[in-house]
Amino acid sequence: MSSAANNAGRVWKFGDNIDTDVLAPGLYMKSPLAELARHCLESVEPRFAKEVKPGDIVVGGRNFGMGSSREQAVMALRELGVAAVVAPSFAGIFYRNALNLGLLALVCPEAAQIRTDAVLAVDATAATLRDLETGKIYVCETLPAHLLQMIADGGLLPHLEKKLNAQRSKEAQA
Amino acid sequence: MTQAIPMTLAEKLVARAAGRESVRPGEVVTAKVDLAMMHDSGGPRRVAPMLERLQARLWDPDRVVVISDHYVPAVDAESAGILDLTRKWVKAAGVTNFHDMQGICHVVLPERGHLRPGLFVVGGDSHSPTGGAFGTYMFGVGATEMCGVLVTGEIWLRVPETILLHWTGRLAPGVVAKDMILAMCAKLGMDGGRYQAIQYAGDTVAGLAMQERMTLSNMAAELGAQTGLIAPDTVTRDYLLAAGVPAGEIELAAWQGDAAAAAERHDFDAATLSPMVAAPHSPANSAAVGEHGNVSVDQAYIGACTGAKINDLRMAAGVLKGRRVASGTRLLIAPASARTTAEAAADGTLAVLTEAGAILLSSGCGACAGYGAGVLAENETCIASTARNFKGRMGAGSSKVYLGSPYTVAASAVAGRIADPREFLA
Repeated sequence: MSSAANNAGRVWKFGDNIDTDVLAPGLYMKSPLAELARHCLESVEPRFAKEVKPGDIVVGGRNFGMGSSREQAVMALRELGVAAVVAPSFAGIFYRNALNLGLLALVCPEAAQIRTDAVLAVDATAATLRDLETGKIYVCETLPAHLLQMIADGGLLPHLEKKLNAQRSKEAQA
Repeated sequence: MTQAIPMTLAEKLVARAAGRESVRPGEVVTAKVDLAMMHDSGGPRRVAPMLERLQARLWDPDRVVVISDHYVPAVDAESAGILDLTRKWVKAAGVTNFHDMQGICHVVLPERGHLRPGLFVVGGDSHSPTGGAFGTYMFGVGATEMCGVLVTGEIWLRVPETILLHWTGRLAPGVVAKDMILAMCAKLGMDGGRYQAIQYAGDTVAGLAMQERMTLSNMAAELGAQTGLIAPDTVTRDYLLAAGVPAGEIELAAWQGDAAAAAERHDFDAATLSPMVAAPHSPANSAAVGEHGNVSVDQAYIGACTGAKINDLRMAAGVLKGRRVASGTRLLIAPASARTTAEAAADGTLAVLTEAGAILLSSGCGACAGYGAGVLAENETCIASTARNFKGRMGAGSSKVYLGSPYTVAASAVAGRIADPREFLA
């Protein structure tokens, strides 16, 4: 396997306004995450949770993740091994949740042009996607510096942990 | 004296929280949080393990409010466990602002005097923009982000542009705030708010009661905005005084924005507005009630943070007085809070509802989000006074939910099909 194929994934394409109730249905919100994840997106694509493989990429339409603040919408995708979510626009809370939990969320103005059966190589640092068959490169929006740092640390919790530890060791030395 | 830069209300609120004289839309700032509100679903059960991992304490327990409203009352071992964990955590963390099973967080928070103009507040729930009705900058965050706030007392945000939604004219009888917001959803779409700040303004908005304003701000979430503000006025002050907020803490003049600084403006005419109904599966699928044809309903639901405040129950009673719910249709009513129930009992509203055949449910998020009593079976149709009708949200995946005002939901319950409330109010 080439190194590009190592971080390449099959595309699962969805329409506009995919909401948090179909990502994490309320009926299963008190169930363990593995159970909730089995129902992720089932009301729009029953095959998804059964057939999605680690490394696959979800490509949505406009306003992906609209609705609730429930982080389980992100956690269910992560639990199923989804490597990245790509959309022309995201709902604000979902987008923040995804980055806070270390799920790569890429704003891609040309997401609608991504082929349904494409396999994409993701370059998180450059914020680009490459269709392995056609070679087409999709350029996504890059993130502000403070968010890149947080993602580099692995999400908000590890980022906070690092900051708190630095603060504590400074206090211990004082 | 330097000339002050014209700022919208949203910009003034963010500038204050960021400790700045002024801010510009697009800047990334760090804001100090005045209050953090969370509920039993996204709150303690999620943040407690994170705080433990960080070995961190709350930055200020007095600035944290916890409200149990999602899994209330417990119906099985899982929900009972979540509520139990919430109670124990609140005690251990030293949080005294705890409202257990007193109603839905967005209604309980102002009702118990926690909000006032000028504050910067985060809530662990997407309908947190409701607080914007009080001139509070309030928005929803997920549990991890909430944990960050609980530890640091701060949060980053991009200073939003302001989208001014301006209403003029008088609403016809039977047409209310819910119809206004459904019309705005139809016009602007579910992402029309672009995660910026919405501000509702104009003489129509100024003429609305506080609970009606809350309906507009609440559904700023459905417009995809970060918050939904309304500049505070004497209506705001009167509500807050009644909720026990000291007069000296209610500032009005400082929290008026410069409307001309808004990035975008849309104008609406209240006088020509009809009762609106949203078809499945989006609030943006809204059209005048008459355009939906003959839709029979299995269930009518008056509930949630959006549509079961005291004014909402009074609207329903206005239609139901002396009438009966149609045979073959069930009307479920879950008042938004314990105080709402008490008020409705005191003024006779509750008796009108139950005499008409309404089934009274406990106060909580309940059926709206498929969490509690009143969920739908496969292929059932419901009309609800709630905020969202996404696919499968209220129960089975094939169920259909229409949205309308409490007037329209009550009228539909009586007719057994989606009905125009004006026929019942004449």
